[in-house]
Amino acid sequence: MSSVQAHLPALQVVLPLLGSLFAGFVRREATGFALALAVSWTAAVISAVLLWQVLQGGPISYHLGGWPPPWGIEYRIDLLNAFVLLLVAWVGAVTMPFARRSVAFEVDEGRQGWFYCMYLLCLTGLLGITVTGDAFNAFVFLEISSLSTYVLIALGRDRRALLSAFQYLIMGTIGATFYVIGVGFLYLVTGSLNMVDIAQRLGSVPLEQTRAVAVAVAFLTVGISLKLALFPLHVWLPNAYAYAPSLATAFLAGTATKVAVYLLVRFFAVILAGSPAFGPLQLADVLLVLSIAAMFVASAIAVFETNLKRMLAYSSLAQIGYITLGIGIANQAGLTGAIVHLFNHAIMKAALFLVLGAVFYRIGSVKLHDLAGIGPKMPLTMAAFAVAGFALIGTPGTSGFVSKWYLAVGAFGHSGWLLVLLIVASSLIAVVYVGRVVEVVWFRPPSPLAETAREVPPSMLVPILVLAGATIWFGIDTRLTADLAGKAAAMLLAAVR
Amino acid sequence: MRTSLILRIGTKLVLPFILLFALYVQFHGEYGPGGGFQAGVITAGMVILVGITFGLGAAKRIAPPGLVRAMVPLGVLIYAGTGVLGLLLGKNFLDYSVLSASDPAHGRGLGIFMVESGVLVTVSGTMTALFYAFVERGR
Repeated sequence: MSSVQAHLPALQVVLPLLGSLFAGFVRREATGFALALAVSWTAAVISAVLLWQVLQGGPISYHLGGWPPPWGIEYRIDLLNAFVLLLVAWVGAVTMPFARRSVAFEVDEGRQGWFYCMYLLCLTGLLGITVTGDAFNAFVFLEISSLSTYVLIALGRDRRALLSAFQYLIMGTIGATFYVIGVGFLYLVTGSLNMVDIAQRLGSVPLEQTRAVAVAVAFLTVGISLKLALFPLHVWLPNAYAYAPSLATAFLAGTATKVAVYLLVRFFAVILAGSPAFGPLQLADVLLVLSIAAMFVASAIAVFETNLKRMLAYSSLAQIGYITLGIGIANQAGLTGAIVHLFNHAIMKAALFLVLGAVFYRIGSVKLHDLAGIGPKMPLTMAAFAVAGFALIGTPGTSGFVSKWYLAVGAFGHSGWLLVLLIVASSLIAVVYVGRVVEVVWFRPPSPLAETAREVPPSMLVPILVLAGATIWFGIDTRLTADLAGKAAAMLLAAVR
Repeated sequence: MRTSLILRIGTKLVLPFILLFALYVQFHGEYGPGGGFQAGVITAGMVILVGITFGLGAAKRIAPPGLVRAMVPLGVLIYAGTGVLGLLLGKNFLDYSVLSASDPAHGRGLGIFMVESGVLVTVSGTMTALFYAFVERGR
């Protein structure tokens, strides 16, 4: 048993990879689903064990191929990425039972096997980015997850899915290219690709080379920001989320952008820790301004959006704004808020997108006017929508409140009342777009389509209820989320100082 | 489908040499430029040449679509399987040194050979599959 335990960091990534390969080999819908379900849950268990190990014994280092770092690739798991691993693996595991019917309904017959193959490949990539301690290895996993994501989006039946996938392919490739250019500059200056090693070597970089570090930071920030859809670099996201199959949207909304956020935090920590002389990057201020713009502009667009999948996509942009705001604030409470919101937002958005997937399964539409009066027909599903929607607003008693509380405390410590007011004001816009849907769904006479709706079967309902329940659970019990995030934030800040 | 006599005879003449060159690039990868990726592209180039000269049907007789599609994941499976072999023999993932009982360096060489052959399978399969996909568009 202990021999297996030592190899869990590798197995976390290798099992989904093997699963994906077998699914691609067999290309049958039933086998693919069985593999995806088994692998997702195994990965979830592994991530939990890894987190437990990190909590017990500190950071884990795994040397691929037996080559010690900085020469070989190192998988390095500390509190921060153990937490993100837990999030990615569990969102994947909980949403998976939903897949069977949803995918059968939304993806063409001959392609369902490919869907599971690509889903598992995407999971491999996301877990890989999170687990690795090697900057170039992270690029490889970034490409694995991105390429499979393009396919997942293009599998949507709507013809616009192809165009959105292509749009994302162009933007995503630019992002990945910028990332690898940034890593190249860091390698130029430090001669290393291992993140810990880069941080150490940056400390002794001669003064005339700090410009190369600045260029590296610029490329890395823009490249990763494209991936996480920071405000002006977000144009690929709404269409991609709107036209992808529902399960893919729920999974990606919960994990893909979150992993990119993790990568951004990791690089800021590496670079700032390594090069204190590099000092106050003006970057934090840029990040703050862009985040606030995202919080307001994207929320305002969401208010006027009638396609609910697009509405939630814009809301995601706004919520990513809160997370990057916390990174820009960069004090203990702010960073805690960012990490907690990364976790909480993933859960509530996955729940909301699954609800839309369930609605689409029953009535074949996610337009607001088609959903009129559907509440009493699908009471549990729509109640879950309301709960997760309230969490999106940040209502006390839901997980959204916890993260926004930390963000507000951090914002107050950073620049006083102004930022706090902006957080509250943008949350009020969320009240409008969530409230609008809740009103139409529960209090309008049913539309012709909604008349025909029934509650979805348990395999779809249970994941929705579990995720919605989790938004309430983590609003009350913050031992897992806020405490861990606080420790991770303290670890990052201690390394920087 | 009739193409020029020179083209048909010429293609038949160079085919074995293309394959031979692919194998040379494959097995010489450790010492010179080359390796699984390049060898895979050359192998697929051979199939594509047959396809262009003698038509899609002839290409599919050499490389049946079902086989091509299976080759894509199979190669990665060989690669990952080699890595897992290291795990099963009690070392870290991708540690090939255990593949030889006596000499770790020899084991690593063997591991690289297996991994490269996996790369060959996947790359040639993917290139050929892409060719089929493009040619079959609109049919």
